[in-house]
Amino acid sequence: MSRNGPIALAYHALFVTFMLAPILVVCFVAFTPEGYLSFPTDRWSLRWFYAIAQYPEFISAFWRSLWLGAISSAIAVGISVPAALAIARYRFRGREALTALFMSPLMIPHLVLGIAFLRFFTQIGLGGTFAGLVLSHIVVVLPFALRLTLASAVGLDRSIEHAAVSLGASESVVLRRITLPLVLPGLVSGWALAFINSFDEVTMTVFIAAPGTETLPVRMFLYIQDNIDPLVTSVSACVIAITVLALLVLDRAFGLERLLIGRSAGHGR
Amino acid sequence: MRSAPYLLCVPALVLFAGVVIVPLAMTVLLSFHDWGQYKGIEPVFILKNWQEVLGDSYFHEMFARTFRIAFFVTLLAAVFGAPEAYILNRMRSPWRGIFLLVILGPLLISVVARTLGWALLFGGNSGLVNKALMGLGLISAPLPFMFTETGVVIALAHVLMPYMVLAVWASLQRLDPQVENAAVALGAGPFTVLRRIVLPQVMPGILSGAVIVFALAASAFATPAIIGGRRLKVASTLAYDEFLNTLNWPLGAAVAVLLLLALVAIVWGANRLVERRYAQVFA
Repeated sequence: MSRNGPIALAYHALFVTFMLAPILVVCFVAFTPEGYLSFPTDRWSLRWFYAIAQYPEFISAFWRSLWLGAISSAIAVGISVPAALAIARYRFRGREALTALFMSPLMIPHLVLGIAFLRFFTQIGLGGTFAGLVLSHIVVVLPFALRLTLASAVGLDRSIEHAAVSLGASESVVLRRITLPLVLPGLVSGWALAFINSFDEVTMTVFIAAPGTETLPVRMFLYIQDNIDPLVTSVSACVIAITVLALLVLDRAFGLERLLIGRSAGHGR
Repeated sequence: MRSAPYLLCVPALVLFAGVVIVPLAMTVLLSFHDWGQYKGIEPVFILKNWQEVLGDSYFHEMFARTFRIAFFVTLLAAVFGAPEAYILNRMRSPWRGIFLLVILGPLLISVVARTLGWALLFGGNSGLVNKALMGLGLISAPLPFMFTETGVVIALAHVLMPYMVLAVWASLQRLDPQVENAAVALGAGPFTVLRRIVLPQVMPGILSGAVIVFALAASAFATPAIIGGRRLKVASTLAYDEFLNTLNWPLGAAVAVLLLLALVAIVWGANRLVERRYAQVFA
């Protein structure tokens, strides 16, 4: 394989700078000792990180986002597993259409979903509730959970199950002792990817969250709309730090490429 | 046994029928309802909102801006993202893995945090971008980035860039390096190899990346809302205003449904074009 020339490497350096600049700027400004937006030059300070403690709405929004992500991703995985097994193992009428339907939240703009959920939840009395948030997040993270559970269900070696059956295992034992443990890595990575997507979701959630059920990204967005001050940079820096940590763990455990491209033979081409 | 796959799909199907299809149908219906400042939403069937959205020049201008921004974001992402994916693909491990993580990782970092970064970089006359450009002698006076289309395009291109790199990267993985080597062995220069061998093969990847980036750019909300501010309205921020400030839900629903229809038409048309253009290649 040929190597990159100096021009290619210079281009690469500029590109990486472009990708990282806005993220690094947020982290730097968060350490400012001043009361306004500025780069810390001679002195670094944690005052804006301590200041977060004085804004309970950020803290409660953080915990809400965490719970919302954990619960909705877990339910999404729970719903994905049987669907993934069906799509991976059976050839049935409507298989393609069902797969497309379950993947459709990737295609429908989150803006449209947000509006549709706002109208729907208001009509059925779930407007501005946590239950409404959970339902809507299950829908938008389900494609991610399904993609990865599907990938592991497709890659499953069925002769192991056949061996278990021939050794006298019942159907439920095969499912519990053979099938589920084998697809477990797919379940965990699907849950993790679903969680991150739920944790970051803002476009849809901004429509359906009410004061008292705001998630962290929504709280941050509403805060920025009013004014940008160092406080929101320190909150953002914390979010970035948490995401980067999760990213490194995920990359170690599953490989980011596999997670994002979702190498599965079950759908697409 | 024949009903087994259907039974397994029941939970997901119930969820999607109840929480996706019904709400979407309700939204389409909502766009035909009437609304008044004092009477609120009236469940009648009228075309008022659609006539307003399709006939009023204010909405024409806003939709034109939305798609103009989406077009330039897609162009930037394709022109800068595709070469980067190619360079990444030629790297050796461990650099390849590290930089793939650096470039695709931002995809998982909160859009609000990334956009905040651009707001800080652009911020007023003293913004870092303007300082750098003036320091390099490229411009003599600060350029306005905040509250302009240019600013929104740059920030959105950054937010959506990983999708393009990912799409081109995926298509590069299917490329046989032996073909490149063969071209070199037959006397082709590096530029000819790129233009005649690599580019035609990754074109489907670039186009599918472009479709994703365009659709996401046209419906993006947080970035145009923060960088564009209240003055520079796009379809999504306008719909947000109608729903949460003016409270004219039927009009907001009409804007959203029209955006959805336009996007479905564009994505479908682009896919048709790609399939027809490359049908021979993949047959």
